[in-house]
Amino acid sequence: MEEPAIEEGDNHRDVEVAPALISVHPDHKFIVVSIGSDLRVFDLQGGCSVTLVDDSSGPLHKDSIRAIRFGAEGKLFVSAGDDKLVKIWNANSWHCISTVCSEKRVSAVAISKDGLFVCFADKFGVVWALNLDGFDENQVLVDKKAAPVLAHYCSIITSLEFSLDGRFIISADRDFKIRVSVFPKKPLDGAHEIQSFCLGHTEFVSCLAFVCAPDYPEGFLVSGSGDSTVRLWDITSGSLLDTCEVGSQAGFLESNGRGEEHYSAVIDLCTTPDGTLVAAAIQSLQGIMLLNCNISAKSLSIAKVVSITGGSFIPTSLGTASCAEFLWMVTGVSTLHGLDSHSLARVRVISGFRISSPDSVEHEPTMLEDDEIPGGEKLLEKLQGSVSIENKVFSAAAEAVKMAMCNLLIKKQYSADKREFRKRTRNDKKIKQ
Amino acid sequence: MLEKEGHSKISKSTHLPRKRFYRARAHSNPLSDSHFPVPISPSHVDYSVHFPQLFSSSDEGGDSKKIEFADVGCGFGGLLISLSTLFPETLMIGMEIRDKVTEYVKERILALRVANPGQYQNVSVVRTNSMKYIPNYFGKGQLSKMFFLFPDPHFKEKNHRRRVISTHLLDEYAYVLGIGGIIYTITDVEELGDWMKDCLEGHPMFEAITEAELEGDPVVKLLSSATEEGQKVARNGGQTFQAVYRRIAPSL
Ligand SMILES: C[S@@+](CC[C@H](N)C(=O)[O-])C[C@H]1O[C@@H](n2cnc3c(N)ncnc32)[C@H](O)[C@@H]1O
Repeated sequence: MEEPAIEEGDNHRDVEVAPALISVHPDHKFIVVSIGSDLRVFDLQGGCSVTLVDDSSGPLHKDSIRAIRFGAEGKLFVSAGDDKLVKIWNANSWHCISTVCSEKRVSAVAISKDGLFVCFADKFGVVWALNLDGFDENQVLVDKKAAPVLAHYCSIITSLEFSLDGRFIISADRDFKIRVSVFPKKPLDGAHEIQSFCLGHTEFVSCLAFVCAPDYPEGFLVSGSGDSTVRLWDITSGSLLDTCEVGSQAGFLESNGRGEEHYSAVIDLCTTPDGTLVAAAIQSLQGIMLLNCNISAKSLSIAKVVSITGGSFIPTSLGTASCAEFLWMVTGVSTLHGLDSHSLARVRVISGFRISSPDSVEHEPTMLEDDEIPGGEKLLEKLQGSVSIENKVFSAAAEAVKMAMCNLLIKKQYSADKREFRKRTRNDKKIKQ
Repeated sequence: MLEKEGHSKISKSTHLPRKRFYRARAHSNPLSDSHFPVPISPSHVDYSVHFPQLFSSSDEGGDSKKIEFADVGCGFGGLLISLSTLFPETLMIGMEIRDKVTEYVKERILALRVANPGQYQNVSVVRTNSMKYIPNYFGKGQLSKMFFLFPDPHFKEKNHRRRVISTHLLDEYAYVLGIGGIIYTITDVEELGDWMKDCLEGHPMFEAITEAELEGDPVVKLLSSATEEGQKVARNGGQTFQAVYRRIAPSL
């Protein structure tokens, strides 16, 4: 007799809502927001919104987008998600040059530093690589097939990153594991050589980012987790260099005497491309926490909290360019129950996102008002879906976002009863009735 | 109050735990999330719990001796018991997902330690899902031998990913094995035997060990004789299929 399994993300939907995501072109040319199955692109240089063109004869996204990303040189853009489609876009003409079908829903994507491989992770914990060799910006790639390169055993992969020198691919999962694998010369044959495991988180790992370090071409890794910490790692050895407790700080700031439980999961991280500043979005923090990474001391410390007043804004995703000093933030979810405005998102920007020199006051990180944002109203109209968002709707959205992030990030702990119930009501068992 | 012999889980005559009090489900699903403690990292494995005579609780990992052999899916522990006296200087551990079976092995080791003072101090067992948590127990290159004896076959193709040997899991085994380390597999299911051999043969970090070398390795003889499953197969006159491979450096 076969025993029923509780397999994450297999027969049932673990998660109903998807957070809005934001991605910034490395040269600050485009800003992309995804919300639900909607992909919204704004051309910052042209000051206009972009219409996507899909020549690949495949469908556009039909379900929530879970991962978006620009290639290092900004020529490529990838979007993927619950509809099991991985779409590769020319990030200039915004033509879709290839649509690849994944066997399972896609949870994370990354593009190799040389721009030759797109990697994506599925809900079964398998990372696949797709060869873009012969990629011509104006030509549609046909019959591309992905090859499995590595796997986390049945744990959803939450984040994929390449090391700064491109030598390693780093994968983080919903258990607590971060795996550093050598990205081989022939990735399609598999990334079999594991360089290290970065172990220390006690909850799911939600996000990864890299910090530049002069003597470390691969860079230092920072990771955020449901355990309310941001950690700093040396990926060659896998050693934990420092742990920064951000939860207590965020909880303290939010403390309103209502005694409710604080969810201080780290939602997303973003680093200054040439510096050592780390921005963290945290579950219970209305705003952004900035952390300083001291390379020589190999330490992480809280530098500053930039809070956002007027409307509860807890970012669901962060992004920055390699040149401009703007930190882009978005909040929103794919579906808000009981609300008509289902594709609502809110975009905000912090300027002065860089290491502040002690003698320049004007470069302090500051939250921009809507009329100060690059791209202005036009951008907001495109990316948010509306220029101004009624406060009432917005705070309802914020509540929903909060709930959604909890559900999304906190791994379900099933009680024995629920487990039994789930076993009995599993789809494949039901059919027999 | 002392329990009467009839109810005691320990047999009075042999001082060994009785298997019938530790009966469990025949198979476990390695994909379902069970609740047992998992060490955060290999440095969090408390050696004083596993090897109390060799480590005091104040020992902080560091440069002290590490576990070198892992018997994955050790079942009732027959192999470990044989290895313990064959390699008295080597620390070894069994990994088993079934709670009751793990308890049985624990009791078995404790009883052997009592009955044979000074012996069996180098062997222990832990309840865990080896498919998920091997990197939490062993660091890079820490192991010199890994055993996979008579693993569950998971016949259906859709369940092949539950097999303990797969290309992806071999990546992790290659990580915890030092260069030159050996992986031993054996099964009485021909199809699984072929599968394990194919996975190992196709992996860039493993190479087959020659017949001549196998002859000289005292451990090879134990594969089919030392474990409960092996003995069962032997009693029924079943055929076995083994694949023994060495961890090598990947060619660049
Ligand atoms: C057929 S038995 C063989 C036991 C033993 N090696 C022998 O030869 O007698 C396979 C064992 O592997 C265990 N097992 C299966 N999956 C496992 C996993 N993911 N982690 C640890 N043990 C596992 C089972 O509970 C079972 O005891």
